Amino acid sequence: MSDIAIQVENLSKRYRIGRQEERPETLVGAALGWLKAPVDNFRQLRQLSRFQENGQESDDIIWALKDVSFQVKRGEVVGIIGRNGAGKSTLLKILSRITEPTSGRVVLNGRVSSLLEVGTGFHPDLTGRENVYLNGAILGMTKREIDRKFDEIVDFSGVERFIDTPVKRYSSGMQVRLAFAVAAHLEPEILLVDEVLAVGDAAFQKKCLGKMGEVAREGRTVLFVSHNMVAVQTLCQRAFWLESGQIKAEGAVSSTVTSYMRSGLAENETPERIWSDMSTAPGNHTVRLRRIAVRPEDGNPGDVITMQTPLCVEVEYWNLLPGEHLHTTLHVYNDQGIIAFTTGAGIKPDPLLHTQPPAGLFRSVCHIPGNLLNSGFHRITLLLIRGNKAASYRLDEAIGFEVIDNNERKFAWYGREPGVLQPVLNWTTEYIGKGVE
Amino acid sequence: MTPESTVSESILAESPGLALPQPGQDATPEQPVHRTVIQARSGWQLIDWRELQEYRDLFYFLVWRDVKVRYKQTILGFGWAIIQPFFSMIVFSVVFGNLAQIPSDGVPYPIFSYAALVPWTYFSQAMSDSTGSLIGSARMITKVYFPRLIIPMTPVLAKLVDFVVALGILGLLMAWFRLPPTWDILFLPLLVLLMVLTAAGIGMWLSALAIQYRDVRYAVRFLVTLLMYAAPVVWPVSLLAERFGPIARLLYGLYPMAGVIEGFRASLLGTVPMPWDLIGMGAITAVTLFLTGALYFRRMERTFADVA
Repeated sequence: MSDIAIQVENLSKRYRIGRQEERPETLVGAALGWLKAPVDNFRQLRQLSRFQENGQESDDIIWALKDVSFQVKRGEVVGIIGRNGAGKSTLLKILSRITEPTSGRVVLNGRVSSLLEVGTGFHPDLTGRENVYLNGAILGMTKREIDRKFDEIVDFSGVERFIDTPVKRYSSGMQVRLAFAVAAHLEPEILLVDEVLAVGDAAFQKKCLGKMGEVAREGRTVLFVSHNMVAVQTLCQRAFWLESGQIKAEGAVSSTVTSYMRSGLAENETPERIWSDMSTAPGNHTVRLRRIAVRPEDGNPGDVITMQTPLCVEVEYWNLLPGEHLHTTLHVYNDQGIIAFTTGAGIKPDPLLHTQPPAGLFRSVCHIPGNLLNSGFHRITLLLIRGNKAASYRLDEAIGFEVIDNNERKFAWYGREPGVLQPVLNWTTEYIGKGVE
Repeated sequence: MTPESTVSESILAESPGLALPQPGQDATPEQPVHRTVIQARSGWQLIDWRELQEYRDLFYFLVWRDVKVRYKQTILGFGWAIIQPFFSMIVFSVVFGNLAQIPSDGVPYPIFSYAALVPWTYFSQAMSDSTGSLIGSARMITKVYFPRLIIPMTPVLAKLVDFVVALGILGLLMAWFRLPPTWDILFLPLLVLLMVLTAAGIGMWLSALAIQYRDVRYAVRFLVTLLMYAAPVVWPVSLLAERFGPIARLLYGLYPMAGVIEGFRASLLGTVPMPWDLIGMGAITAVTLFLTGALYFRRMERTFADVA
């Protein structure tokens, strides 16, 4: 029992949402409505926080969380992912005791600190120094604790010169840095963090992630809600996927993240597409596509692809016009729409190029080595080129796949390296002499 | 895994916080685990004094913030604490003392009204600030946990600073008018306690109501004006007894500020004997307000973050 930090049992939370008002249609109705308004308003406001217990569910009730149960062991770092409105922030609010559950039970073993927002309680007229004390107290530190850590906090924030100026004179970046510096020096046993890393510039976000990594390594239990999949994968070992108030999946972070990401994909973002019926398959009177798939060299479409995994792209098509050679070209784009590279089957001498290809089903496979692509989502545009002329058929953004940055990287850098490609190249360093005498 | 006994579980459920060592923990002496149980509460709750004690640093900082911020970037700074009662005194002396010729129990009208304005200013400001306090702190309430009771109680304490400053000026005025205080001045802390208790009770009621029904905030503004005339700020209680008799006077004591203000005048200026009857009745109201206010606040507390 003593090594479980957070235990959640059948947690549920319901809210009453606004309902569309009935508009009166007659003048008398409108006048009566106006007179009755105070009574109606009172009833409505009262009902905001009351619910009938006899199980009747009116249409203006939503369950933000429904029967959620899980356990987090001491020292674990768990990520909570999910779409907007899935219930992640509500879960954190309940665990932070800001709002009460409708039913269910939570047991927390250890001092809890929540970071739902940075800079809570900051008053613009007070100086940085005064706000550090105020904010620290609001987050749960005692005055003595703040005294002890004050210099560290100011140092971390980098606003030492301005610490005695009213905070309203700070730039927004400075305010965020100071606020985060206070929050970063909390020493709780359980830390609940809600997307606070969404603010600030890239350098600051890197600092925050670094600090959170430190906190995690110190053996504290952390619950981390975020939309930043890279951060979640870097910091967490386990993840829960919350959808519509319930846990849809949980387990190791990389597989949970992949399932989550894949669920939000459109058709042309999945790693495999098959058209078995030639008459409805994409194409024209010269060629029809049958199948496109991306998969690790020794794996299946849909398996996890890391930056190190060698992959192959398989294209199967029906060649409807015998005689002219048809070769496949791929344009690979990254998630920002920048083209990474193009590659075509016609570049290397191909036996098929020198013969007359028959009509029928063909398969082209392109082998992409590992340690080439950067992490992130990639899309492939497919072109089928007849002879050396223009494309016979082109399918833009035919297929998509995610390349994942595994924690296998030796140096702890949180965040994506820039660059469309991320090749692992050979480096040699040698000692070449003493230098200038 | 040894199951927890239901007895220890229910005890801990009532008072979440520091836990008894759990059965099954190893015997090596380690820091007792700070254990919190969260579940839906129902029914009435009493004030959790132990939790308030835990958060006393935060309470201190919020009061300090209120006091510090109020007069930042002003020219007069703390002078403003004196100006409001002082200028009210001048206007009242002209309007009520001179024009309307309201009797002032044998002392000059200015000091008669100022002695009442000192506690009244505290009470009216504490009441107004307290009412809007939860609404004003909506951001904090929805982002951080701390005992919500701290919020309406902050102005109740913060305004005492202004009160003390105004009281100092009253001392100067007493010297000016050569009116020495009576021995009843020793009871002044009791009057202050009554005043604070009333402000606290009303603050809890109104702040909890205002965050749910926003009308309350607007109503309080004009309620304060009405309450001022209902209190013996500009007129003496002796007028009431003359007009309506002794029973009326006793019932009037149910308004706590009546006892406080008359008590102030009695102990500092010696206008009337110490009105223990009024103070007694006022104490009944004050205690009732405080207890019911606390119960109502604690009951509605769980919904504040949802309706803020």
